[in-house]
Amino acid sequence: MAHDEKLIQKLAEKARIIRRDAVEMIKAGDSGWIGGSFSQADIIAALMFHQMKHDSKNPDWEDRDRLIVSKAHCCETVYAAFGEAGYFSKELYKSYGHMGATLQAHTERIVPGIEYSGGSLGQGLSFALGEALAARIDAPKDSSGRPVPRYRVYCIIGDGESNEGQIWEAVMAALHYKVDNLVAILDHNKFQSSGTIEERMNMMPWVDKWKAFAWDTAEINGHDFEAILTALENADRVKGKPHIIIAHTTKCKGVPSFEHKNLHFCKLSDEMYAEALEALK
Amino acid sequence: MKAMYQAYNEEMIELSKKNGKIVLLYGDFPRGAAGELFQKEHPDRIYDVGIAEANLITTAAGLAGGGYLPFTHCHSIFAVGRAYNQIRQNVAFDKLNVKIVLCNSGMLWSFMGGSHQIIEEIAAMRVIPNLVLVSPSDPISTKKMTRAIAEYTGPVALRISAPPVPTVYRDDFPFELGKAVTLTDGSDATIISTGMVLSDVLEAADTLAKEGIKVRLLDMHTLKPIDEAAIIKAAKETGAIVTVEDSSILGGLGGAVAEVTAENAPVPVKRVGIKDRFGQSGTVPELKEEYELTARHIVQAVRESVKKK
Repeated sequence: MAHDEKLIQKLAEKARIIRRDAVEMIKAGDSGWIGGSFSQADIIAALMFHQMKHDSKNPDWEDRDRLIVSKAHCCETVYAAFGEAGYFSKELYKSYGHMGATLQAHTERIVPGIEYSGGSLGQGLSFALGEALAARIDAPKDSSGRPVPRYRVYCIIGDGESNEGQIWEAVMAALHYKVDNLVAILDHNKFQSSGTIEERMNMMPWVDKWKAFAWDTAEINGHDFEAILTALENADRVKGKPHIIIAHTTKCKGVPSFEHKNLHFCKLSDEMYAEALEALK
Repeated sequence: MKAMYQAYNEEMIELSKKNGKIVLLYGDFPRGAAGELFQKEHPDRIYDVGIAEANLITTAAGLAGGGYLPFTHCHSIFAVGRAYNQIRQNVAFDKLNVKIVLCNSGMLWSFMGGSHQIIEEIAAMRVIPNLVLVSPSDPISTKKMTRAIAEYTGPVALRISAPPVPTVYRDDFPFELGKAVTLTDGSDATIISTGMVLSDVLEAADTLAKEGIKVRLLDMHTLKPIDEAAIIKAAKETGAIVTVEDSSILGGLGGAVAEVTAENAPVPVKRVGIKDRFGQSGTVPELKEEYELTARHIVQAVRESVKKK
């Protein structure tokens, strides 16, 4: 069933704001990961402003849903989403990446709302697994004696970072423990640091790999809110196994002239900055 | 005589009855009594993630993030060697309340050979910020240490050796994390040891006493943060130090003590330990002889140190 048009519009607007704020952050920090930060922005907007239960006034609420962004270098749209949700003042954006700043150049748990300090790739899914297991301990049980997890864990991983073997260790263990409150989302933007996935370490076909590990799988356009919301809702209904959403995305989505280029870690020239702000007006 | 892991398991059984937040994570590792009891009493709080040390440590970090108190168990060589980055980044970086139990710690582990005997764990673990590193020396101190680290909030690595060791301490012995234990006092030299070599150190001290050399014995059960005050006091009052460990002297206890004395009270420091070599299969007495870790070697090191004063 199609989702309410107003909801879709709201999420599109939130995605625009977090991309725009991320541009400001990257300019203030004089560097950033615009490509991978922007490819995941629509998914983050859907999670933060619709799907997840959380409370900016109570960031440590025990039963909050968790967002683990394993590709933690793509931190700007993550910070922007939590800032937009009211977890901290947007004033912090100005000091992004500077000495002593709360907003460091990879996400850190010290920031209100941020669950995971990344930077070393391939580890976030294991952390998310631990959080998902914790949600089942001391949880109420359903009529068949299965624990009803106190919260859900969403973990965004990158296609490039899936080169890391630990991802697949976590994949095995999550299935072994039948963790159904864990949803992995692959931000499949087709690039890794130094080139395309195809050129560097071709891991295609993606879906077959996850299916071989017996995860429940879906494959969507990661910029289509209708598809994102439907996939997240379907993931909620899966019982007894973890779920992966392979989201086809575009590196640097949102600034047309940057799209499909391997803008990974980069500086924004004055011209690029103006162009990005114009596109995200 | 009792293996430190047995004492550890006994204490974990006690702790699990009182602390419902404790969870155990294994990496396809023999569970022993504590694991069997956990499986029976707390099936929701025990996980075996298989032969996957990186996932073991990071999953534990996630469980700590979810409000629980995880203890992870696998061979020390694989926790330190294969999951160093996970210990550093996922546990220590955020001061998460994970206890990393370094099982079959040190090099005095017979039969399995050099691939399984770890010489570098002290050096590797003590340089990680926020991480407390502890190394009990007998069954009683192992129990007390297990309790102490469960009560301490923050990341800890605990060295647990495999072979049976003599009981040195009494049950009612007062014990404080971060404070070295002075076992005997003396003014001619100080022996500082850590871990399962303590009984050899005691034997060496007896021999030296008969020769008229009175040594101070410090059990440095907490390697990080190390008890600098006790080391400086010993250096100033006894003028010579010998360190003893079943670990590499490079960056190990010997290295740590030498750092403290060099900056604060320079005295001769003689390091008894593994001298930049890998281990090999053998019995504990054979390994001690080959790697120069017997009481006789400790006595010789003290004699040489006293002469250098």
